[in-house]
Amino acid sequence: MLLQLKNVSKIYKLGEVEIHALREVTIQINEGEFVAIMGPSGSGKSTFLQVASMLSAVTSGQIFLKDKQVESYDEVEQAGLRNKEIGFVFQQFNLLPRTSSLDNVELPLLYAKVEASERHRRARAMLEKVGLGDRLQNTPAQLSGGQQQRVAIARALINNPIIIFADEPTGNLDSKSGEDIKNILKDLNKEGKTIIMVTHEDDVAMIAKRLVFFRDGEICYDDKFGWNKRREQNLKPEDRKEIESKLKMMKKKK
Amino acid sequence: MTFADTTKIAITSIFRNKGRALLTMLGIIIGVGSVVLLTSIGTGLQKYIEEQFASFGSNVIYLVPGNPFGDSGGFGNPEDAIIERTKKTLKLSMIPQIKRQFREHIASAAPMSLFSGQVQYKITEKKATFIGTTEELEKVLNNKAAKGQWFTKTDVDSEKRVVLLGDTLATELFGDVDPINKSIKINTVTFQVIGVLEKKGGGGFGGPSFDSYGYLPFGTATKLFNNDTLNEIAIQGRSKEDVEPLVSDIKGLLIDKYNLTKEDFTVFEQTQILNTINSVLSVLTLGLGGIAAISLVVGGIGIMNIMLVTVTERTREIGLRKALGATPNQIMLQFLIEAATLSVFGGSIGVLVAFLGSLAIQRFFPAAVTLSAVLLAFGVSAAVGIIFGVAPARKASKLSPIEALRSE
Repeated sequence: MLLQLKNVSKIYKLGEVEIHALREVTIQINEGEFVAIMGPSGSGKSTFLQVASMLSAVTSGQIFLKDKQVESYDEVEQAGLRNKEIGFVFQQFNLLPRTSSLDNVELPLLYAKVEASERHRRARAMLEKVGLGDRLQNTPAQLSGGQQQRVAIARALINNPIIIFADEPTGNLDSKSGEDIKNILKDLNKEGKTIIMVTHEDDVAMIAKRLVFFRDGEICYDDKFGWNKRREQNLKPEDRKEIESKLKMMKKKK
Repeated sequence: MTFADTTKIAITSIFRNKGRALLTMLGIIIGVGSVVLLTSIGTGLQKYIEEQFASFGSNVIYLVPGNPFGDSGGFGNPEDAIIERTKKTLKLSMIPQIKRQFREHIASAAPMSLFSGQVQYKITEKKATFIGTTEELEKVLNNKAAKGQWFTKTDVDSEKRVVLLGDTLATELFGDVDPINKSIKINTVTFQVIGVLEKKGGGGFGGPSFDSYGYLPFGTATKLFNNDTLNEIAIQGRSKEDVEPLVSDIKGLLIDKYNLTKEDFTVFEQTQILNTINSVLSVLTLGLGGIAAISLVVGGIGIMNIMLVTVTERTREIGLRKALGATPNQIMLQFLIEAATLSVFGGSIGVLVAFLGSLAIQRFFPAAVTLSAVLLAFGVSAAVGIIFGVAPARKASKLSPIEALRSE
């Protein structure tokens, strides 16, 4: 087991109001899996990604990464985990502006205390791998959206993480660039990388091997286990119908 | 991430906002520049006065009539001081008496009386101050002849009509002509110029300088000007250690042997005056530096202000760096170094500006940039950057990665 969440809840406080973004979510993900997290906005899928990737603290529950209980790690230890074990791909790319592709990809290595010459060598190799060998010195403003996202993927892979979290990786891209990114992610998974991806686009979710649907901060359907029994009775019929038709359509397309 | 890497990031981000960085640094530049420049004026003045005193001979004790310093011990009312100086309590005969009594401690001693007279060479005529003295003044004041020579004991004893000219006076009277053995008229009496003294400098603040005096044998002068007031006896001790005991010994001798009271004369050494002046100048330097330091603090607040803006502007960058593995300390260090770089760089420019400024001032006024002032200003500016950088840097380090990433 690579990643395990046990009864994880996340409550935001907006003044007096408590928002239950995640309600006792439990999930297990094995090495080499490609999981797509789906659901409408506000369903908790993004919060799930943030909490699972240690960008945000849990309110209650436990998270195990490679059998280590990590949700109680302090800030510095969590920074180390994010640096070495986790790779991020964001919808907004989040590259440093006015900074070359090479420097952007090197950033995690900088915090991993890797020497300069080694940083250059690895960053260059990684950019070549995502097909940007000729764009090493370009700044984000000089790159297309698809190229920027490829730089971001190179950055996510640079420290050879055991798991990659992708938050709507194609959300800001045209369909051609989106296809490129989808192919890169598919290839990475083929090479054995574990990927957890949040998306609301059916055709993007289809590249994943396992589909997980969120509703109201809970998992209501998981490819691996079917309908969430505990959740089933309070699932609205129209939600159930929507998910079922989605699954049917996606299976047909495959 | 090494310290060098962090520094590189900090400097890179400063260079991305050159205009803003420059304006921020301006506060520090002005602050450090004015601290260094103003203290350089103070210390320059101090150095200048010390040099002046040193050029008037070392280990010198002055014996003057009355009490020119006034009751309070400082320099009293100048009019009183002049009246005190013309009291006729000092006698020429005191010199051999004092010298005999303290033979082992005294190297040389000479009387000095000041007179004002009219001097003329051919058609050049001017008013000048003359000092009536003996040949020993050469040693006491370390005042050698650059051309010709000093008058001798025989010249003094026989009251010969010879004169030595200060450098400035010689130039004013003779221009390019060699003054040696030329005849000049002092109050219509003919004198022979036998020497020109080395340039002493001094008198820079509008007062008379030793360079603009003429020097006459004592007896010749008292007869010429018909005035035998002895204004001053300058006594040179053999060593630094002799000076203090000599001051009290001479006081005792004058009271015992000449029936004088304490109010009739004053014995002082030049370090005493020097110390008084120095303490005044130190306060002045401190005051000037203190006022200038206010602008340094204002400059520091400018840095804090711009760093707070920078942190707010770069919240997303901070969030991203944290997401990619930066620890709070690394983020804090990055912004601290940025603030410190701004202030140290600004401080360096400030020191440079102050140095150039003091070079310009030196043409009119003594100014000296000291290493300690530079180091202090440098240290203070670095401290200002760090102190005023802490608050914004802490703010940056405490941001939660996801909230920082989501900010627009």
